[in-house]
Amino acid sequence: MVYSYFPGCTLRAKAKGFDSSALASCKVLGVRFLELQEWQCCGATFPLQIDNSFPLVSPARTLASAKKAGRKLVTLCSACYNVLKRTNHVLREDLDKREKVCAFIEEDYFGDVEVLHLLEILRDKIGFGSLAAKVVSSFRGLPVAAYYGCLLLRPPDEVGIDDPEAPKVLEDFLSSLQCQPVEYPYKTECCGSYVALRPGELTVSPSRLIVESAKSRGAKVIVTSCPLCQFNLDYAQSENVARGEKAVPVVYFTQLLAIALGLGEEVLQFDGHIVPPGLIFQAAGVGGVGA
Amino acid sequence: MKLSREVIATEDKRKLQDISGEEVLSCYQCGKCSAGCAMTEAMDLLPHQVIRLLQLGQVEEALHSRTIWVCASCLACSARCPRGMNLPNVMESLRAQVLRPGDRSLNPADIPYELLEIIPEQALVAAFRKYT
Repeated sequence: MVYSYFPGCTLRAKAKGFDSSALASCKVLGVRFLELQEWQCCGATFPLQIDNSFPLVSPARTLASAKKAGRKLVTLCSACYNVLKRTNHVLREDLDKREKVCAFIEEDYFGDVEVLHLLEILRDKIGFGSLAAKVVSSFRGLPVAAYYGCLLLRPPDEVGIDDPEAPKVLEDFLSSLQCQPVEYPYKTECCGSYVALRPGELTVSPSRLIVESAKSRGAKVIVTSCPLCQFNLDYAQSENVARGEKAVPVVYFTQLLAIALGLGEEVLQFDGHIVPPGLIFQAAGVGGVGA
Repeated sequence: MKLSREVIATEDKRKLQDISGEEVLSCYQCGKCSAGCAMTEAMDLLPHQVIRLLQLGQVEEALHSRTIWVCASCLACSARCPRGMNLPNVMESLRAQVLRPGDRSLNPADIPYELLEIIPEQALVAAFRKYT
Protein backbone atom coordinates (compact mmCIF):
# COMPACT_ATOMS: atom_id res chain seq x y z
CA MET A 1 0.00 0.00 0.00
CA VAL A 2 1.57 3.26 -1.15
CA TYR A 3 0.01 6.67 -0.50
CA SER A 4 0.97 10.30 -0.92
CA TYR A 5 1.40 11.90 2.47
CA PHE A 6 0.50 15.43 3.59
CA PRO A 7 1.90 16.09 7.08
CA GLY A 8 0.63 19.69 7.44
CA CYS A 9 2.21 22.50 9.43
CA THR A 10 1.83 21.27 12.99
CA LEU A 11 3.13 17.73 12.54
CA ARG A 12 6.52 19.09 11.59
CA ALA A 13 6.63 21.49 14.53
CA LYS A 14 4.69 21.14 17.81
CA ALA A 15 3.18 17.71 17.08
CA LYS A 16 6.28 15.82 15.98
CA GLY A 17 5.29 12.79 18.01
CA PHE A 18 2.11 12.42 15.95
CA ASP A 19 4.14 12.32 12.73
CA SER A 20 6.97 10.08 13.92
CA SER A 21 4.74 7.55 15.71
CA ALA A 22 2.48 7.27 12.64
CA LEU A 23 5.30 6.90 10.14
CA ALA A 24 7.08 4.25 12.23
CA SER A 25 3.82 2.33 12.80
CA CYS A 26 2.91 2.40 9.12
CA LYS A 27 6.30 0.96 8.25
CA VAL A 28 5.58 -2.00 10.52
CA LEU A 29 2.12 -2.39 8.99
CA GLY A 30 3.46 -2.37 5.43
CA VAL A 31 1.94 0.98 4.48
CA ARG A 32 4.25 3.34 2.61
CA PHE A 33 3.81 7.10 2.88
CA LEU A 34 5.56 9.18 0.24
CA GLU A 35 5.55 12.80 1.32
CA LEU A 36 4.28 15.19 -1.34
CA GLN A 37 7.11 17.08 -2.99
CA GLU A 38 5.10 20.31 -3.04
CA TRP A 39 2.86 21.14 -0.14
CA GLN A 40 1.94 24.08 2.02
CA CYS A 41 -0.21 24.67 5.09
CA CYS A 42 -3.87 23.90 4.33
CA GLY A 43 -5.04 27.04 6.13
CA ALA A 44 -6.03 25.12 9.28
CA THR A 45 -9.67 26.10 9.05
CA PHE A 46 -12.13 25.85 6.18
CA PRO A 47 -13.31 29.27 4.94
CA LEU A 48 -16.98 29.92 5.67
CA GLN A 49 -17.32 33.03 3.50
CA ILE A 50 -18.90 32.01 0.24
CA ASP A 51 -17.92 35.18 -1.62
CA ASN A 52 -14.17 34.69 -1.11
CA SER A 53 -12.32 31.91 -2.94
CA PHE A 54 -8.84 32.94 -1.92
CA PRO A 55 -8.51 30.73 1.18
CA LEU A 56 -9.12 27.73 -1.10
CA VAL A 57 -5.90 28.38 -3.01
CA SER A 58 -3.53 26.81 -0.54
CA PRO A 59 -5.37 23.49 -0.05
CA ALA A 60 -6.10 23.37 -3.80
CA ARG A 61 -2.35 23.60 -4.54
CA THR A 62 -1.68 20.65 -2.24
CA LEU A 63 -4.48 18.63 -3.83
CA ALA A 64 -3.25 19.43 -7.34
CA SER A 65 0.22 18.34 -6.29
CA ALA A 66 -1.22 15.03 -5.07
CA LYS A 67 -3.01 14.62 -8.38
CA LYS A 68 0.32 14.93 -10.19
CA ALA A 69 1.86 12.33 -7.87
CA GLY A 70 -0.96 10.01 -8.99
CA ARG A 71 -1.82 8.46 -5.63
CA LYS A 72 -4.45 8.76 -2.93
CA LEU A 73 -3.60 11.41 -0.36
CA VAL A 74 -3.29 10.52 3.32
CA THR A 75 -3.25 12.92 6.22
CA LEU A 76 -3.23 12.49 10.00
CA CYS A 77 -4.32 15.84 11.39
CA SER A 78 -8.10 16.22 11.70
CA ALA A 79 -7.91 19.84 10.54
CA CYS A 80 -5.96 19.02 7.37
CA TYR A 81 -8.35 16.19 6.67
CA ASN A 82 -11.33 18.49 7.11
CA VAL A 83 -9.96 21.35 5.00
CA LEU A 84 -8.68 19.13 2.15
CA LYS A 85 -11.91 17.16 1.95
CA ARG A 86 -14.11 20.24 2.02
CA THR A 87 -11.96 21.98 -0.58
CA ASN A 88 -12.31 18.92 -2.80
CA HIS A 89 -16.06 19.09 -2.34
CA VAL A 90 -16.23 22.75 -3.37
CA LEU A 91 -14.00 22.23 -6.39
CA ARG A 92 -16.20 19.34 -7.51
CA GLU A 93 -19.54 21.05 -6.98
CA ASP A 94 -18.96 24.76 -7.61
CA LEU A 95 -17.80 25.33 -11.18
CA ASP A 96 -17.30 29.08 -10.75
CA LYS A 97 -15.01 28.62 -7.77
CA ARG A 98 -13.16 25.80 -9.51
CA GLU A 99 -12.51 27.97 -12.53
CA LYS A 100 -11.30 30.87 -10.41
CA VAL A 101 -9.03 28.80 -8.17
CA CYS A 102 -7.58 26.74 -11.04
CA ALA A 103 -6.83 29.90 -13.04
CA PHE A 104 -5.03 31.36 -10.06
CA ILE A 105 -2.89 28.31 -9.28
CA GLU A 106 -2.42 27.53 -13.00
CA GLU A 107 -3.46 23.91 -12.63
CA ASP A 108 -6.35 21.81 -13.90
CA TYR A 109 -7.81 20.23 -10.85
CA PHE A 110 -11.37 18.92 -10.48
CA GLY A 111 -11.52 17.85 -6.85
CA ASP A 112 -10.88 14.24 -7.79
CA VAL A 113 -7.99 13.12 -5.57
CA GLU A 114 -9.23 10.82 -2.83
CA VAL A 115 -8.32 12.19 0.61
CA LEU A 116 -7.99 9.60 3.36
CA HIS A 117 -7.38 9.75 7.07
CA LEU A 118 -5.01 7.17 8.54
CA LEU A 119 -7.94 5.85 10.61
CA GLU A 120 -9.73 5.00 7.36
CA ILE A 121 -6.71 3.05 6.12
CA LEU A 122 -6.54 1.14 9.40
CA ARG A 123 -10.28 0.43 9.30
CA ASP A 124 -10.95 -0.14 5.60
CA LYS A 125 -7.66 -1.28 4.04
CA ILE A 126 -5.80 -3.09 6.81
CA GLY A 127 -8.83 -3.96 8.94
CA PHE A 128 -8.95 -3.82 12.73
CA GLY A 129 -8.92 -7.64 12.86
CA SER A 130 -5.57 -7.82 11.06
CA LEU A 131 -4.28 -4.93 13.14
CA ALA A 132 -5.16 -6.82 16.34
CA ALA A 133 -3.07 -9.75 15.12
CA LYS A 134 -0.02 -7.49 14.81
CA VAL A 135 -0.13 -6.19 18.39
CA VAL A 136 2.98 -7.30 20.28
CA SER A 137 2.52 -5.18 23.39
CA SER A 138 -1.05 -5.40 24.68
CA PHE A 139 -2.65 -2.65 26.76
CA ARG A 140 -4.48 -5.38 28.69
CA GLY A 141 -7.77 -3.55 29.13
CA LEU A 142 -6.42 -0.05 29.82
CA PRO A 143 -9.49 2.24 29.88
CA VAL A 144 -9.05 4.84 27.11
CA ALA A 145 -11.48 7.56 26.03
CA ALA A 146 -11.72 8.36 22.32
CA TYR A 147 -12.08 12.08 21.68
CA TYR A 148 -13.26 12.97 18.17
CA GLY A 149 -13.97 16.67 18.47
CA CYS A 150 -15.42 18.36 15.40
CA LEU A 151 -13.19 18.17 12.40
CA LEU A 152 -13.29 14.43 11.73
CA LEU A 153 -17.08 14.39 11.82
CA ARG A 154 -18.58 17.65 10.64
CA PRO A 155 -20.08 18.54 8.26
CA PRO A 156 -21.20 14.92 7.98
CA ASP A 157 -22.09 15.06 4.26
CA GLU A 158 -18.69 16.42 3.22
CA VAL A 159 -16.24 15.05 5.77
CA GLY A 160 -17.87 12.46 8.02
CA ILE A 161 -15.35 9.73 8.73
CA ASP A 162 -18.15 8.07 10.74
CA ASP A 163 -21.62 8.69 12.22
CA PRO A 164 -21.51 12.34 13.39
CA GLU A 165 -23.37 11.76 16.67
CA ALA A 166 -22.29 8.21 17.52
CA PRO A 167 -18.93 7.52 15.87
CA LYS A 168 -17.07 4.32 16.70
CA VAL A 169 -13.98 4.15 14.49
CA LEU A 170 -11.65 5.24 17.31
CA GLU A 171 -13.33 2.86 19.78
CA ASP A 172 -12.90 -0.03 17.34
CA PHE A 173 -9.29 1.00 16.88
CA LEU A 174 -8.78 1.02 20.66
CA SER A 175 -10.39 -2.40 21.01
CA SER A 176 -7.99 -3.82 18.43
CA LEU A 177 -5.09 -2.71 20.67
CA GLN A 178 -6.82 -4.38 23.63
CA CYS A 179 -7.67 -1.09 25.29
CA GLN A 180 -11.07 -0.77 26.95
CA PRO A 181 -12.92 2.06 25.13
CA VAL A 182 -14.62 4.38 27.62
CA GLU A 183 -18.08 5.64 26.70
CA TYR A 184 -18.74 9.26 27.74
CA PRO A 185 -21.13 11.91 26.43
CA TYR A 186 -18.62 14.58 25.39
CA LYS A 187 -16.64 12.77 22.71
CA THR A 188 -17.97 14.84 19.81
CA GLU A 189 -18.13 18.17 21.67
CA CYS A 190 -15.85 21.03 20.64
CA CYS A 191 -12.75 21.78 22.77
CA GLY A 192 -12.89 25.46 21.79
CA SER A 193 -10.31 25.21 19.00
CA TYR A 194 -8.53 28.44 17.96
CA VAL A 195 -10.49 30.48 20.52
CA ALA A 196 -7.59 29.39 22.77
CA LEU A 197 -5.74 32.43 21.40
CA ARG A 198 -8.25 34.96 22.65
CA PRO A 199 -7.54 36.52 26.03
CA GLY A 200 -9.26 34.96 29.01
CA GLU A 201 -8.50 31.26 28.45
CA LEU A 202 -11.98 30.72 27.04
CA THR A 203 -11.25 27.16 25.92
CA VAL A 204 -10.28 25.88 29.35
CA SER A 205 -13.85 25.48 30.54
CA PRO A 206 -15.22 23.47 27.57
CA SER A 207 -12.03 21.39 27.47
CA ARG A 208 -12.22 20.68 31.17
CA LEU A 209 -15.81 19.45 30.78
CA ILE A 210 -14.62 16.92 28.22
CA VAL A 211 -11.72 15.72 30.36
CA GLU A 212 -13.80 15.53 33.54
CA SER A 213 -16.50 13.59 31.75
CA ALA A 214 -13.98 11.04 30.44
CA LYS A 215 -12.28 10.87 33.84
CA SER A 216 -15.56 10.28 35.66
CA ARG A 217 -16.16 7.24 33.46
CA GLY A 218 -12.80 5.81 34.42
CA ALA A 219 -10.59 6.89 31.50
CA LYS A 220 -6.86 6.72 32.22
CA VAL A 221 -5.89 8.12 28.81
CA ILE A 222 -7.64 10.21 26.13
CA VAL A 223 -6.79 9.75 22.44
CA THR A 224 -7.28 12.25 19.65
CA SER A 225 -6.17 12.88 16.09
CA CYS A 226 -6.04 16.68 16.23
CA PRO A 227 -3.04 18.64 17.56
CA LEU A 228 -5.25 21.50 18.72
CA CYS A 229 -7.63 19.17 20.60
CA GLN A 230 -4.58 17.53 22.15
CA PHE A 231 -3.31 20.92 23.26
CA ASN A 232 -6.61 22.26 24.58
CA LEU A 233 -7.45 19.15 26.62
CA ASP A 234 -3.88 18.96 27.91
CA TYR A 235 -3.66 22.68 28.73
CA ALA A 236 -6.97 22.60 30.61
CA GLN A 237 -5.25 20.27 33.10
CA SER A 238 -2.17 22.47 33.67
CA GLU A 239 -3.33 23.45 37.15
CA ASN A 240 -3.97 19.85 38.13
CA VAL A 241 -0.45 18.95 37.03
CA ALA A 242 1.04 21.91 38.93
CA ARG A 243 -0.81 20.88 42.09
CA GLY A 244 0.25 17.27 41.68
CA GLU A 245 -3.37 16.13 41.24
CA LYS A 246 -4.63 13.28 39.11
CA ALA A 247 -4.66 14.23 35.43
CA VAL A 248 -5.45 12.29 32.27
CA PRO A 249 -2.76 12.21 29.58
CA VAL A 250 -3.98 13.19 26.12
CA VAL A 251 -2.13 11.36 23.34
CA TYR A 252 -2.40 10.85 19.60
CA PHE A 253 -3.98 7.57 18.53
CA THR A 254 -0.78 6.81 16.63
CA GLN A 255 1.26 6.98 19.83
CA LEU A 256 -0.86 4.16 21.27
CA LEU A 257 -0.51 2.31 17.99
CA ALA A 258 3.29 2.61 18.06
CA ILE A 259 3.44 1.30 21.64
CA ALA A 260 1.18 -1.63 20.74
CA LEU A 261 3.39 -2.48 17.78
CA GLY A 262 6.39 -2.62 20.10
CA LEU A 263 8.08 0.56 18.89
CA GLY A 264 10.37 2.52 21.17
CA GLU A 265 10.24 5.81 23.00
CA GLU A 266 12.13 7.64 20.26
CA VAL A 267 9.10 7.57 17.93
CA LEU A 268 6.62 8.66 20.64
CA GLN A 269 8.15 12.03 21.50
CA PHE A 270 6.00 12.76 24.54
CA ASP A 271 8.18 15.70 25.58
CA GLY A 272 5.74 18.49 24.58
CA HIS A 273 2.83 17.02 26.58
CA ILE A 274 1.70 18.86 29.72
CA VAL A 275 0.27 15.79 31.44
CA PRO A 276 3.14 13.29 31.17
CA PRO A 277 1.81 10.10 29.56
CA GLY A 278 4.71 7.80 30.43
CA LEU A 279 3.69 6.87 33.95
CA ILE A 280 0.25 5.71 32.86
CA PHE A 281 1.74 3.29 30.40
CA GLN A 282 4.19 2.01 32.98
CA ALA A 283 1.31 1.47 35.38
CA ALA A 284 -0.50 -0.44 32.65
CA GLY A 285 2.54 -2.65 32.34
CA VAL A 286 3.47 -1.61 28.83
CA GLY A 287 7.23 -1.79 28.81
CA GLY A 288 9.86 0.51 27.43
CA VAL A 289 8.02 3.80 27.73
CA GLY A 290 9.51 6.61 29.79
CA ALA A 291 7.72 9.67 31.18
CA MET B 1 -37.28 48.71 19.38
CA LYS B 2 -39.54 50.11 16.68
CA LEU B 3 -39.78 47.74 13.77
CA SER B 4 -40.63 48.61 10.23
CA ARG B 5 -39.90 47.18 6.81
CA GLU B 6 -36.95 49.59 6.49
CA VAL B 7 -35.49 48.57 9.85
CA ILE B 8 -35.74 44.87 9.14
CA ALA B 9 -34.43 44.77 5.57
CA THR B 10 -31.23 46.77 5.69
CA GLU B 11 -28.37 47.00 3.24
CA ASP B 12 -26.05 45.58 5.94
CA LYS B 13 -28.23 42.52 6.22
CA ARG B 14 -28.07 41.93 2.48
CA LYS B 15 -24.27 42.22 2.63
CA LEU B 16 -24.16 39.58 5.37
CA GLN B 17 -26.25 37.29 3.21
CA ASP B 18 -23.84 37.73 0.28
CA ILE B 19 -20.92 36.70 2.51
CA SER B 20 -22.60 33.82 4.34
CA GLY B 21 -24.96 32.47 1.70
CA GLU B 22 -27.54 32.00 4.46
CA GLU B 23 -31.07 33.35 4.83
CA VAL B 24 -31.55 34.18 8.51
CA LEU B 25 -35.34 34.23 8.13
CA SER B 26 -35.28 30.47 7.66
CA CYS B 27 -34.57 30.11 11.42
CA TYR B 28 -37.66 29.40 13.55
CA GLN B 29 -35.88 29.98 16.86
CA CYS B 30 -36.05 26.48 18.29
CA GLY B 31 -32.80 27.06 20.18
CA LYS B 32 -31.19 23.74 19.34
CA CYS B 33 -28.01 25.54 18.25
CA SER B 34 -27.66 27.26 21.62
CA ALA B 35 -28.53 24.10 23.54
CA GLY B 36 -25.68 22.17 21.95
CA CYS B 37 -23.09 24.94 21.70
CA ALA B 38 -19.88 24.20 23.62
CA MET B 39 -18.89 27.86 23.94
CA THR B 40 -22.00 29.52 25.41
CA GLU B 41 -20.36 30.13 28.79
CA ALA B 42 -18.14 32.80 27.22
CA MET B 43 -20.90 34.34 25.06
CA ASP B 44 -22.98 37.43 25.85
CA LEU B 45 -25.71 36.42 23.38
CA LEU B 46 -26.71 32.86 22.64
CA PRO B 47 -26.33 31.81 18.99
CA HIS B 48 -30.09 31.78 18.33
CA GLN B 49 -30.35 35.27 19.84
CA VAL B 50 -27.78 36.57 17.36
CA ILE B 51 -29.90 35.15 14.56
CA ARG B 52 -33.04 36.75 16.06
CA LEU B 53 -31.33 40.15 16.08
CA LEU B 54 -30.42 39.74 12.43
CA GLN B 55 -33.96 38.68 11.56
CA LEU B 56 -35.10 41.98 13.06
CA GLY B 57 -32.44 43.96 11.20
CA GLN B 58 -30.37 44.71 14.31
CA VAL B 59 -27.04 44.13 12.57
CA GLU B 60 -25.09 46.69 14.63
CA GLU B 61 -26.01 45.00 17.88
CA ALA B 62 -24.96 41.61 16.51
CA LEU B 63 -21.67 43.07 15.29
CA HIS B 64 -20.87 44.31 18.79
CA SER B 65 -21.57 40.99 20.44
CA ARG B 66 -18.77 38.95 22.05
CA THR B 67 -20.42 35.84 20.67
CA ILE B 68 -19.16 36.28 17.12
CA TRP B 69 -15.54 36.05 18.37
CA VAL B 70 -16.20 33.10 20.66
CA CYS B 71 -17.80 30.83 18.02
CA ALA B 72 -15.22 28.13 17.32
CA SER B 73 -16.79 27.07 13.98
CA CYS B 74 -17.20 23.53 15.32
CA LEU B 75 -20.38 23.08 13.23
CA ALA B 76 -22.28 21.25 15.99
CA CYS B 77 -25.15 23.73 15.51
CA SER B 78 -25.36 23.41 11.73
CA ALA B 79 -25.10 19.61 11.87
CA ARG B 80 -28.16 19.60 14.14
CA CYS B 81 -30.20 22.52 12.79
CA PRO B 82 -33.68 21.32 11.73
CA ARG B 83 -33.77 24.15 9.17
CA GLY B 84 -30.39 23.21 7.72
CA MET B 85 -28.96 26.64 8.38
CA ASN B 86 -25.20 27.10 8.43
CA LEU B 87 -25.02 29.26 11.50
CA PRO B 88 -21.19 29.30 11.60
CA ASN B 89 -21.28 30.93 8.15
CA VAL B 90 -23.46 33.69 9.60
CA MET B 91 -21.01 34.18 12.49
CA GLU B 92 -18.16 34.36 9.98
CA SER B 93 -20.03 36.92 7.89
CA LEU B 94 -20.40 39.10 11.00
CA ARG B 95 -16.67 38.79 11.73
CA ALA B 96 -15.94 39.62 8.09
CA GLN B 97 -18.09 42.72 8.34
CA VAL B 98 -15.84 43.97 11.15
CA LEU B 99 -12.53 42.75 9.70
CA ARG B 100 -12.83 43.52 6.00
CA PRO B 101 -12.37 47.27 6.36
CA GLY B 102 -8.95 46.43 7.83
CA ASP B 103 -9.64 45.98 11.53
CA ARG B 104 -8.07 43.12 13.41
CA SER B 105 -9.38 41.38 16.46
CA LEU B 106 -6.16 39.58 17.38
CA ASN B 107 -2.80 41.27 17.60
CA PRO B 108 0.26 38.99 17.48
CA ALA B 109 1.99 41.18 20.08
CA ASP B 110 -0.82 40.49 22.57
CA ILE B 111 -0.32 36.73 22.60
CA PRO B 112 1.61 35.79 25.75
CA TYR B 113 5.04 34.40 24.96
CA GLU B 114 4.49 31.36 27.22
CA LEU B 115 1.41 30.46 25.18
CA LEU B 116 3.21 30.95 21.86
CA GLU B 117 5.89 28.53 23.02
CA ILE B 118 3.44 25.67 23.42
CA ILE B 119 0.36 26.26 21.29
CA PRO B 120 0.20 24.28 18.01
CA GLU B 121 0.88 26.16 14.77
CA GLN B 122 -2.55 25.04 13.60
CA ALA B 123 -4.15 27.29 16.25
CA LEU B 124 -2.15 30.32 15.13
CA VAL B 125 -3.00 29.85 11.46
CA ALA B 126 -6.68 29.28 12.24
CA ALA B 127 -6.93 32.20 14.68
CA PHE B 128 -5.33 34.67 12.28
CA ARG B 129 -7.69 33.42 9.57
CA LYS B 130 -10.65 34.07 11.82
CA TYR B 131 -9.58 37.20 13.68
CA THR B 132 -7.68 39.34 11.16
